[in-house]
Amino acid sequence: MNNRITAFRLSALIFGFAFLYIPILSLIFYSFNKSRLVTVWGGFSTEWYGKLFQNEQILNAAWLSLKIAAINATGAMILGTLAGMALARFGKFKGRTLFSAMTTAPLVMPEVITGLSLLMMFVAMEQILHWPQGRGVTTVTIAHMTLTMAYVTVIVQSRLSTLDDSLEEAAMDLGARPAKTFFLITLPIIAPALISGWLLAFTISLDDLVIASFVSGPGSSTLPMVIFSKVRLGVSPDINALASIMVLLVTVGVVIAGFLMARQEKRKVRDMQMAAASGGN
Amino acid sequence: MSARAEGPRGQRHSAGAQLVLRVLQQLPPYRWTQARLVKWGVTGRSAVIAIPYFWLLLFFLIPFLIVLKIAFAQQLNDSPPYSALFELIDGGRSQGWILDAKLYLRGFISLFTEDLYWQAYVNSVKISFISTICCLLVGYPIAYAIARSTTTWRNILLMMVILPFWTSFLLRVYAWIGILKNNGLINNFLMWTGLIDEPIVMLQTDFAIYVGIVYSYLPFMILPLYSNLEKMDLTLLEAAADLGCKPIKAFLKVTLPLSLPGVIAGSMLVFIPVIGEFVIPELLGPSDTLMIGKQLWRVFFTGRDWPMAAAVAVALLLFLVVPIVLLQRAQGAELKGAHR
Repeated sequence: MNNRITAFRLSALIFGFAFLYIPILSLIFYSFNKSRLVTVWGGFSTEWYGKLFQNEQILNAAWLSLKIAAINATGAMILGTLAGMALARFGKFKGRTLFSAMTTAPLVMPEVITGLSLLMMFVAMEQILHWPQGRGVTTVTIAHMTLTMAYVTVIVQSRLSTLDDSLEEAAMDLGARPAKTFFLITLPIIAPALISGWLLAFTISLDDLVIASFVSGPGSSTLPMVIFSKVRLGVSPDINALASIMVLLVTVGVVIAGFLMARQEKRKVRDMQMAAASGGN
Repeated sequence: MSARAEGPRGQRHSAGAQLVLRVLQQLPPYRWTQARLVKWGVTGRSAVIAIPYFWLLLFFLIPFLIVLKIAFAQQLNDSPPYSALFELIDGGRSQGWILDAKLYLRGFISLFTEDLYWQAYVNSVKISFISTICCLLVGYPIAYAIARSTTTWRNILLMMVILPFWTSFLLRVYAWIGILKNNGLINNFLMWTGLIDEPIVMLQTDFAIYVGIVYSYLPFMILPLYSNLEKMDLTLLEAAADLGCKPIKAFLKVTLPLSLPGVIAGSMLVFIPVIGEFVIPELLGPSDTLMIGKQLWRVFFTGRDWPMAAAVAVALLLFLVVPIVLLQRAQGAELKGAHR
């Protein structure tokens, strides 16, 4: 009976991960294909990688997207941390229900609605306040920050709610002001959550097509917008090369981050064991 | 916290910085500002709440009100391409000032009278519903298998579920074009094995849309399910087995009902965004697929009809209120369960 269950679980995992990974592996595989027809094998070649690095349009868009993503991630991390703190530590305050609804709604809101409403907001603001002038990097960044701060909020909030607040209380009892307590006690503890929040905000911004299409202006096409306009016309081998590079970067990044976090976790466990041992003596 | 500008690491300021701070604190404007801020109730605590609150009000809530406003406007060939709802008219001495309000209902009436729109809504709901069920059927066994693995494996498998999520969504959808098209991976393979002589048309069909959606949204289903199943008290299953319950029956009577909050959360996380999905039907589906996200995109970018696009968005939003409330409740239940 047990064997049957194990076999079931094993096949669920094998089929599930095959489904998740075969498309990505096929992208990488065909990026080394000599043939222009992408899925018809014509021999091994790296020429599409060379072509990719000569494509000014893609390089410019990639640089623009990276800039937006970095600014966005930093802003979203700050806003999301504030919101997460407010929700996890401040108990009841006026308008809390609305606040918590506004921090979770962007997560599931269809992107077409978020994009359209932000664009109409920017246009109305330009009419009344004469800012932002036109649409471009600023508007895309603001839009992405609104979307991604929700993700950071959820991460920070759930990290704080599993965290015992006795350390913070001890610091306050010893006379530390709340701000000092936050920077010296809370922040170091939730730093891993902030880093994963930053990375998530970064990748979401780098990946967003729909919202960027609504709120960007002429001359500020982000990487997904350029990819989309190419992909719409069918498969093209240099996009495969681009995808492979992105997959490689992400994999390396996630593995390094996972490794660092695991090491930190181990060190924490060791410290706690040592503290317990010395306390016992 | 008072509004004094004491740095986060009070004592660790360099001597120069401390001196500047001391001098600043003695100056009248500093004290005046501080007193004002305290009087208005501005404290560190309220600032922590107010900054993200204000941001979300400005860039999340108010934009919806503007969409609602523009939905009642008239399309103009101007910049911006819509009319104002309210106008203050000077009626002269006899009438005084007049607030002239014109609400154009064309957008909302079109939603009901033009087949295109309501068919798009119905079709979106249908596609979204079916793909949510498919996601559940594919995702539940995976989440279950991960949750019942050893701790080491659990972390590795979980990372493997999340990893594709970090790579570009657009490129992952693009990958399916190469797999599903007539001379793509699947058809090439099947023809090579001799199972089929003619390629099966899969790209630009509804089937391709379902595959694309299930593939892209699977992590959203697996993660809440996993975090629910992982928390489950396994002694309950032992008790069921001791009382003579067969594993399948125990699963149906114990595990499944207990995992219901996870099922609801996962389903809503898939269902809600898929309703407005644009990229997947555009790239994988037939060119004439009616989905509301695609329709909104077309009305806005091709038709440049802002009021109509706004009306479509308002209707979609009203439609999503119920699932969003369901999701919030399911998440609230999960959080409460975690604290217990």
